[in-house]
Amino acid sequence: MSRGDLLTACFVGTDRPALTGVQWEVVLSQARRARLAGRLARRAVEQDWFATMPDAARHHLQGLLRVEQTRRNQTLWELDCLRRALRGAGFPIVLLKGAAYVAAALPPARGRQFGDIDLLVPRECLREVEARLLGAGWVGEKLDAYDERYYRDWMHELPPLTHVERGTALDVHHTIAPPTSRWKIDGARLLDRAREVPGEEPFFVLAPEDIVLHSAVHLMQEGDFGAGLRDLLDIDDLLDHFGRETGFWPTLAARAEALGVGVPLVQALDQRSRLFGRRPPGECRDSIERLAAPAPRRWLMRHLLAVALRPDHPQADGATTTLVRTTLYVRSHWLRMPWYRIVPHLLRKAALRTAARLRRPDRAEAGPAPGP
Amino acid sequence: MRLSELPAPEFDARLAGEGLCLRTGPFTARVCSAIAAVREGIRLLYADFPVAESGTCCDISLEVRRPPNLRRWLRPQVEFVADGAPVYEPFAFNQALPLLEWAMNWCIATHVNHYLLVHAAVVERGGRALVLPAPPGSGKSTLCAALVHRGWRLLSDENAVVTLDGASLFGTCRPVSLKNRSIDVIRAHAPQAVFGPPAHGTPKGTVLHLRPSAEHVARMDEPALPAWVVFPRWQPGADAVLAERPKADALIDLVDQSFNCARLGRSGFDAMAALVDASRVYDFGYGRLDDAIAVFDRLADQ
Repeated sequence: MSRGDLLTACFVGTDRPALTGVQWEVVLSQARRARLAGRLARRAVEQDWFATMPDAARHHLQGLLRVEQTRRNQTLWELDCLRRALRGAGFPIVLLKGAAYVAAALPPARGRQFGDIDLLVPRECLREVEARLLGAGWVGEKLDAYDERYYRDWMHELPPLTHVERGTALDVHHTIAPPTSRWKIDGARLLDRAREVPGEEPFFVLAPEDIVLHSAVHLMQEGDFGAGLRDLLDIDDLLDHFGRETGFWPTLAARAEALGVGVPLVQALDQRSRLFGRRPPGECRDSIERLAAPAPRRWLMRHLLAVALRPDHPQADGATTTLVRTTLYVRSHWLRMPWYRIVPHLLRKAALRTAARLRRPDRAEAGPAPGP
Repeated sequence: MRLSELPAPEFDARLAGEGLCLRTGPFTARVCSAIAAVREGIRLLYADFPVAESGTCCDISLEVRRPPNLRRWLRPQVEFVADGAPVYEPFAFNQALPLLEWAMNWCIATHVNHYLLVHAAVVERGGRALVLPAPPGSGKSTLCAALVHRGWRLLSDENAVVTLDGASLFGTCRPVSLKNRSIDVIRAHAPQAVFGPPAHGTPKGTVLHLRPSAEHVARMDEPALPAWVVFPRWQPGADAVLAERPKADALIDLVDQSFNCARLGRSGFDAMAALVDASRVYDFGYGRLDDAIAVFDRLADQ
């Protein structure tokens, strides 16, 4: 039997996965879809799975270890370039997500498939950052007035930047959730607690509790759960890592309440407990439970997310998958923007997609050369 | 078991169901398709290839299908799916068979990280490999098709598969792709060869595939040692000129022609350097196929 979500089980517990040949093939395919292939490879090394898996799976995972090392080096190199571009800026440059994990040597960095670099800077410094980055070769793509406004006014970031030579992507934010969002957060409050990364000047990372909250907000208001399981594993790693410091959990609960992001935190913790059976320490449970959404909503989200966090792969899809994903996609926009902006926004996106599809020839001009 | 020995109902059921697992040298490919042109194409072009059980863990896996949308009733299309998602925008339906080949190439180029892959044709003689790297249009497939009918063994017309120590090359021995004018050139050069059906109007023009000989397929697991790297350049009417080329310079071109060298980081670079070190490297301009064959025969006899 090769159907079903075979991937999640590989990250739960410590048993060597008992899989048939074709099931290994499916797991690798699901891992690629879920952006967890590198992480699966690391897990295979840590838990010594290689001796008992088919050659094809072992070759694939060992290959991914090489690729992961390259991607990590590329990220470090990219950070060096950024450092040169932003040196002496006089304000903190906070690394978010993957770049933060690798710079601060946090556990989710292992096996990670690094993509864009995300930065957080003070809102009033956005123009200066944009100008400095432009000087160093990062340019924004040409956008129409609508998209420009979408990013600058409604979202919490500059339009995405790409380096002209290296083609690497960079997102510059002034906070971690859009100003129009239900969970809006003033970036200044995050910057207040940000910590310098020793030896990585001028880079900062968020305070431990804010790293976790950012990850939870990101997971819960993303419309696309393609990397949802990856994000949840990140949260699990971070909680495990920071949870060893005394006082972390009470700080996390208090901070979630203060920033008004208790609901996504509890949703993430619910999923962590469902999958890995790990719960907050006893003495903090009450202060965290108080932050939860009302019971019916919490129950509903718990069940929707249980479906959405399965790999987005036809062999893992159940009867309700499409409905659940669509519901959560609409919900994510609902959370990020008021209805009078969402409805025109989604209609516009749908119209543009349809127009592009109608214009599309049968690929008469583009060559099918396999891209690396 | 060879594909031609698989009973037809079983072959059809596997292809339309759990997938037909084809052994192509170091990579086993799972192919799923319910499209008749793909089925007939595989039956013809891959007749001599070994087939693995459907329960095998394959290196690559893909499906060639009609896109599940309303447009299929207006103008039929075909697309390929890997890891559960379509990879390119759909193609016109008559391109299903070439798309299968492009899909396999894409999966290998994208997912393989345990060999160094170079976009090149590779043929072998006396255990030694002749690598013909080149951008599209330089005539590498034509050269490859011509050479394999004149005493050279086919490793691949698309992908040099190099072990990470750079010391040996493998081939997938898959069908050789021919385009436009080179189709007639090879038909005249090798009248006994078996050709698949042509697909017109593809992004590369008219494309068809040449069935690899049973003998070459039977030897698909035999590696070859690196010996010659030759960058071909076809010019109408030109005389054949073989000129030795600095290795460092060739290395840079080969890295450009590699699907995964950059991704493999240090391992990729070391493998490429070892390959170049172990080979003699040439630029080769030519205008006539027979001249080219003579030049390569002389190389092999040295």
